[in-house]
Amino acid sequence: MASNTETQPSQDPTALPIRIQGLTKKYGKFYALDSVDLEVRSGEFLTLLGPSGSGKTTLLMAIAGFNRPDAGSIRFGDEEMILTPPHRRNVGMVFQSYALFPHMTVAQNVGFPLKLRGVGAEESAERVNAALATVQLSGLGDRGIEQLSGGQRQRVALARAFVFRPRILLMDEPLSALDKKLREQMQIELKHLHEQLGVTTVYVTHDQREALTMSDRIAVINDGRLAQVDSPHNIYNSPANAFVADFIGESTMLPLRRDEGGKLWLQDLLIADQPPAAGDNDWSLVIRPERLFVIGDRQVDADQAVVFSGEVREFVFQGDTAYALAAIGDSQQLAFRFGTDASSSEHFMRPGDPVALGLNRRDVIIIPRGGET
Amino acid sequence: MSSAEHGEPVDSLPNATQLRVQGLREQRLLLSLATPALLAVIAIIVIPVGWLFYLSFIGNDGQFTLEHYRKMIEYKSYARVFVTTFQVSFLTTLLCILIGYPLAYFLAILPQRIAGFFMLAVLLPFWTSLLVRTYAWLVLLQKNGILNDFAISAGLWETPIKLVHNMTGTLIGMAHIMLPFLVLPLYGSMRKIERDMMHAAANLGATPIQAFWKVYFPLSLSGMVAGSLIVFVLCLGFYVTPAVLGGGRVVMVATQITAILENQFNWGAASALGVVLLVATLVILYAASKLLKLDTVMFGKH
Repeated sequence: MASNTETQPSQDPTALPIRIQGLTKKYGKFYALDSVDLEVRSGEFLTLLGPSGSGKTTLLMAIAGFNRPDAGSIRFGDEEMILTPPHRRNVGMVFQSYALFPHMTVAQNVGFPLKLRGVGAEESAERVNAALATVQLSGLGDRGIEQLSGGQRQRVALARAFVFRPRILLMDEPLSALDKKLREQMQIELKHLHEQLGVTTVYVTHDQREALTMSDRIAVINDGRLAQVDSPHNIYNSPANAFVADFIGESTMLPLRRDEGGKLWLQDLLIADQPPAAGDNDWSLVIRPERLFVIGDRQVDADQAVVFSGEVREFVFQGDTAYALAAIGDSQQLAFRFGTDASSSEHFMRPGDPVALGLNRRDVIIIPRGGET
Repeated sequence: MSSAEHGEPVDSLPNATQLRVQGLREQRLLLSLATPALLAVIAIIVIPVGWLFYLSFIGNDGQFTLEHYRKMIEYKSYARVFVTTFQVSFLTTLLCILIGYPLAYFLAILPQRIAGFFMLAVLLPFWTSLLVRTYAWLVLLQKNGILNDFAISAGLWETPIKLVHNMTGTLIGMAHIMLPFLVLPLYGSMRKIERDMMHAAANLGATPIQAFWKVYFPLSLSGMVAGSLIVFVLCLGFYVTPAVLGGGRVVMVATQITAILENQFNWGAASALGVVLLVATLVILYAASKLLKLDTVMFGKH
């Protein structure tokens, strides 16, 4: 992986790449991080995504310097940081609990890192005001922390994390305490803020939609290991393994049979002429429910799409979409989802109805089967 | 918002009266739960204190008089008693803070389960009789006591040092007895400080020492003030320990009251002393509450 992108040389003073190698952290016999290698490019927004207990927070805390890994290397740019105490790492961090100091005003909170760095009172006040303006809290500097709403606290925590112009910004599920609407609004705001600051950002979340919305790249982490590191588009459309396919978005996974010629079959349907990679692997077909379409009376070219015939088992109206399960063959079920606009509602159906579902061959996802992942 | 905007007046709707009666009955029932406590407070505190207050204005002849208070101003010995009382209370509180703060900090950073075990060490003496503990100190500290013997055999000092029957002994005993009263509220307020606070301070560039003084200490202050006030106020009226370990040289208000009652059987003079101490305590609490915003301290808000 290149150490920097064309647009952002590593000498860029606003951002630094993070290079993590062989990072291992054990709690007793449990590996919270198992020899993790990860490169966060200069200026990119990278999200660590995983279920709770996957090690994503442990990894973030190791970057911030709050825990002591058992082995490995963490470099900011070319500088080794693994032994540097947290107060000398100079990274901004937004905590899940915000960790605002309740005995200080908003302005004192935001000015705290500047005071510690010996910035003069006048310049400090200027920068605090600028930071508060950036997060749209102008004029609230004199407020106490208890007087703020959850969303405002979130913004103060954010302002405090970037006011001292760190070249790396870490965020630990910063939006998890906000209600859904505010959270979605803040996701967009955070993305804009990142574009404005240009700082390398590592963001931790267990919310896959949040990760897909905000990130340049997503690192999916499971059991202390990276399952896949890629763009949101590729993570969703080309999951590398069953864990990623299952964790990101909805999916149905069906085991495929391979014949002597290497062709992959689902029951009597030809899915692919050859496996996506050489080797002796078994393969599974991954189907996103929204990629299936109800065929109805239309003619479908078998070269263009795979056609599944079955019987509806469940049908649920969910407002923006309708969700249904169809049984195909003897034992397999296929989830599918379609719009609820007037033209689609003719497909509304009841359990027991026959149904034909199409899947464009371009939307076929084949992943290696195996293991628990 | 008028009822016109919100439909019918409630009274015309079904079951309104019954629901209101039910609500009132529930309130009365809850209030009645407080009755025993209320009666006890009146019987044990309000009436005796009122009686003391009354007695302090009655002379030996049964007439109203200010003589008891006048004496307190005239005789230097009374002033000395009050000075000693406040001195002992202040020094004991200070000692408790010096010993208790690091102890509470240590307990607060331990995992909860282990902290509970160490907390036992703090509480165990607390459950032992006050008198037993006080005489135990007498055994330890006296001229031929364990401490002097040990120090002399270890070569720390050569002749026995007078550790008891004086201010030193009193302070040692008092600090030991008062320590839990400081440690418990302090520990409580320290436990409430989130780990993220210290992480945030470090992340923003504070060295561990800066993080302690600028973040941890201010946040633990509420518990420390609460504990200190409890210790200070308890010390003001303390009797057993200064009487035993002070050996007659450390005369505090409580000791003086006993002396007056035993020697002169003068209820008026004794009551007046008690009243002055009570008033002084209330003044201190009031001043502290003004100075330190005590309401937030007492109710544990940050």
